[in-house]
Amino acid sequence: MPEQTIAVAMSGGVDSSVVAGMLRARGENIVGLTMQLWNQRRLPELVPEGGSTGRCCSIDDVYDARHVAQLLGIPYYVVNFEDRFEAQVVKPFVDEYLAGRTPIPCTLCNNFIKFDKFLDMAAGVGADRIATGHYAQLSYNANTARWEMRRSADRTKDQTYFLFGLKQDQLARTMFPLGAMEKTAVRELARELGIPTAAKPDSQEICFVPNGDYAAFIDAYFKEQGIAPSETHGELVTTHGRVVGEHSGIHHFTVGQRRGLGISAGEPLYVISTEPVSKRVVIGRGDALLRATMSVNNVNWISIAAPLTPTRAEVKIRNKHQAASATITPSADPSRVEVHFDEPQRAVTPGQGAVFYSGELVLGGGWIV
Amino acid sequence: MQRHYFDHNATTPVSPEVLEAMLPVMTEVFGNPSSIHHYGQAARARLDHARRQVAALLHCSDNEIVFTSGGTESDNLAILGIGGHVITTTIEHPAVLATADQLSVTQVPVDHSGIVDPEAIRNAIRPDTRLITVMHVNNELGTIQPVEEIGRIAREAGVAFHSDGIQAAGKVPIDVSAIQADVYSISGHKIYAPKGIGALFIRKGLHLRPQMFGGSHESRLRAGTQNVAGAVALGAAAQWIHEHAAAERPALATLRDRLECGILSRIADTHVNAAGSLRAPNVSNIRFEGIDSEALLIALDLRGFAVSAGSACSSGAQAPSPVLIAIGLTREQAKSSIRFSLGRSNDGAQVDALIDAVSESVAHLRKLAPAYA
Repeated sequence: MPEQTIAVAMSGGVDSSVVAGMLRARGENIVGLTMQLWNQRRLPELVPEGGSTGRCCSIDDVYDARHVAQLLGIPYYVVNFEDRFEAQVVKPFVDEYLAGRTPIPCTLCNNFIKFDKFLDMAAGVGADRIATGHYAQLSYNANTARWEMRRSADRTKDQTYFLFGLKQDQLARTMFPLGAMEKTAVRELARELGIPTAAKPDSQEICFVPNGDYAAFIDAYFKEQGIAPSETHGELVTTHGRVVGEHSGIHHFTVGQRRGLGISAGEPLYVISTEPVSKRVVIGRGDALLRATMSVNNVNWISIAAPLTPTRAEVKIRNKHQAASATITPSADPSRVEVHFDEPQRAVTPGQGAVFYSGELVLGGGWIV
Repeated sequence: MQRHYFDHNATTPVSPEVLEAMLPVMTEVFGNPSSIHHYGQAARARLDHARRQVAALLHCSDNEIVFTSGGTESDNLAILGIGGHVITTTIEHPAVLATADQLSVTQVPVDHSGIVDPEAIRNAIRPDTRLITVMHVNNELGTIQPVEEIGRIAREAGVAFHSDGIQAAGKVPIDVSAIQADVYSISGHKIYAPKGIGALFIRKGLHLRPQMFGGSHESRLRAGTQNVAGAVALGAAAQWIHEHAAAERPALATLRDRLECGILSRIADTHVNAAGSLRAPNVSNIRFEGIDSEALLIALDLRGFAVSAGSACSSGAQAPSPVLIAIGLTREQAKSSIRFSLGRSNDGAQVDALIDAVSESVAHLRKLAPAYA
């Protein structure tokens, strides 16, 4: 092997294309790899008549990534992780909904695919490090001997919420070259570098779920796997335990949801919780969604070592959530903490991530119980 | 970086003598072979000559050769042109399997040897069986199928016999009379001619329904103005094989054995798939326990060595090689197998360099997989 080799995760989108272009222009020795994660042809009923096949791993994306690699003159390969993606991301995604939680597949994908299987593949083919188009900043702190993660310079693109599971050994082999850049500058650079996908729209939603309709995805996946949809039917009940109707499956509901309840009432009603065993969906008034405390498990600390005493932080409970001040208290179980918000927060949703910040610094995060 | 090509079963470069033969046909001798004038006659002469060269390779008459666009078209014409119930094996190339799937088909399984049992073929014959199609040499394993016996069985049963000889040409002697084939496919780009040309032997008297309609070219069996340059290239490639392949084969076998001995002796827990079977001299399909063949293939490519995991057609696909599954390998075993296919450009020094690179890459990959110890 020659000098250090960097494997660039190329999705065919503008961000990862610019990463490849930047590193190439810098004279780095790079290899482009595209992960084939999901076969869009598997659930054809999700594809609208004459419409596109969604975004994830479409032939168009591979074509775009290959085109960029050809222009840059770098070695390029498609690696197939479909089996692992289904086992580690798609199945848990479905199971979580059925268990009454609201999953974040992007975090699972980061934890089990991009910064695990992909890192392994990169190492296997002789690449010392990987680079991705994620918006987050990494730096090494020699005093604490830890890799630190900070929010991206472009706050509208910040993806640190999805990266809380990354361990120190993973961070040590990872580069996020776009973390310090504004998205507009990335697009400009794409044009300067002659990258053909410079004007391609940003990817949205969950990559393997066309049009963001996750309930339709789960229904189609059930059908493919031979699971009867009736198994998820159940009752709609109020916070006082009164049955007010039937629902078509608990995976159609997430905490804080207001639309699609099929109930008319004098005041706005929301999903307060979903109960997987009884298949009940509990609905109630907006103020019933407020919570001042929550438990978080499988906590991973990034920029600091696990604190032994209560620690102040700003905590984000959804990607679009405005981080809220809280105190994080360790428990007897080192992987579990209790979070006390200064002000009660709306729709604390089991299955979502809770990410702890101190200003720009990402302290760590875990899963809301 | 020095690059070495060990994927000759995927495709081959056009050889100098083939290129030399075909170049003038693209410029000076450009006529349409169906034209009556001088230009047409000159092109017709080249085409006829090429047909005789191909016929000589297969040991048949020149009027039994139809030029096609390649191996896949030859297989399609043979199978769809005969129709009826078809018997084939589980280790055929997709060009045969997917085509037979258009008809009523019985796939005869193959054991770990990678060689079909002719008696199993015989037992699959039904009253409505019109065709038996069994490849001559398997593309992934190199195993040589008992085509003489199958040909005899087909003849006895009054059923037509097609053999896909695309990986056989050049690597084993071919005599369509000896194997009693009624139809036999070959392809140009596996034998140092360009892509886009193939041929089909059709025994005189056998009725075949054409699959392409238009003019009366190729005895009305394959409409469309002939690819004269391609046909001339195929003829030149056939001629080379006719004259030189007998001497080339032992040399390829020696190189292949050198590769296998080197890898098996230097790397623990490696196995040659279908090792004990009669095989073409240039192919070695090797299983490396605990290795993801996708990673090994890329690692080797980045070091300058081109190999393949399964056939070129299944690369990028999730499914492990159906051929390896068909011979009884587990999914994991199939996904840890690499095909090395040697050819004219390879020599001992390249093989030694390949052994070094494979040893280092496998050691590196195994070091990263803690499960493997």
